[in-house]
Amino acid sequence: MEFFLQPWPWYLSGFLIACTMLILLLMGKKFGMSSNLKTFCAACGAGKVSPFFQSDWKSDKWNLLVVVGAILGGFVASHYLSNGEMPAISEATKASLASINISAENQYMPRELFSISALSDIKTILILIVGGVLIGFGARYAGGCTSGHAISGLSNLQLPSLIAVIGFFIGGLVMVHLLFPLIF
Amino acid sequence: MKSILYILVGFFFGIIMYKSEAASWFRIYEMFQFQSFHMYGIIGTALAFGIVFVQVIKHYKIKSIDGNPIVILPKEKSFSRYMIGGIIFGLGWALAGACPGPIFVLVGAGFVPILIVLASAVLGTFLYGVLKEKLPH
Repeated sequence: MEFFLQPWPWYLSGFLIACTMLILLLMGKKFGMSSNLKTFCAACGAGKVSPFFQSDWKSDKWNLLVVVGAILGGFVASHYLSNGEMPAISEATKASLASINISAENQYMPRELFSISALSDIKTILILIVGGVLIGFGARYAGGCTSGHAISGLSNLQLPSLIAVIGFFIGGLVMVHLLFPLIF
Repeated sequence: MKSILYILVGFFFGIIMYKSEAASWFRIYEMFQFQSFHMYGIIGTALAFGIVFVQVIKHYKIKSIDGNPIVILPKEKSFSRYMIGGIIFGLGWALAGACPGPIFVLVGAGFVPILIVLASAVLGTFLYGVLKEKLPH
């Protein structure tokens, strides 16, 4: 039990993520989380505005159930399988947090961005909104996110997924190294 | 019955994301600083097993539980949509410190501000659908 309460090592986590994909494939489905965002849009009637959303969203209902499960899993893991500690990130990363005004004495998520009191700062809200819009827009533009491209697509040795993952890292590196100093 | 199975798969995925710390902003930030092996270890291990699983499925023509062949449709060929879309996604991934899977997990974990990220991601998806025809693909 003590083992499960600790953060899980990377090799166990990676193996279990691959198993998640395998189970979905064996169920005749595929592993991809961002397509649920499209399903939300389609279910809310976005098909009236763009033919992109005119797919039969009910055939993707199974994935919404996976989302329901993921939300429940997040609840159980955070409340019963963890003490909400900040991950044991490297000392170098801890030291660099000061330059973007984020405390190195923190919780699972930085309270400067993800606590309710952080929402009193309009800048925090803008960061969350812009981040979210880029995630949703980029994921559909690229045809998938980390689960669909970096795990499912690369597992199938698909060149488009390799291009997308290279793009993910170019974007992430530009953000953290070039834009973070300007934003934070 | 199958519905419960999907919820269970999601449930375990949610626990894995949270417990692996892949859902933590700090791990994503650290990954883009190249200062730890943790995230690369997770993705690398998932990929190594994933490749083996997919190759075994293809080689032995394993069928899904409904008895249908498992087909993984190849993505359409293009460079620009994957590169441009990928870069836009990467910018958001680093800025919010979460990708779509962990966003759902963090909603369950009770981080209220992640709801703003989720709503905005739905909005971003909607904007893509509206602008799709005008974008290079």
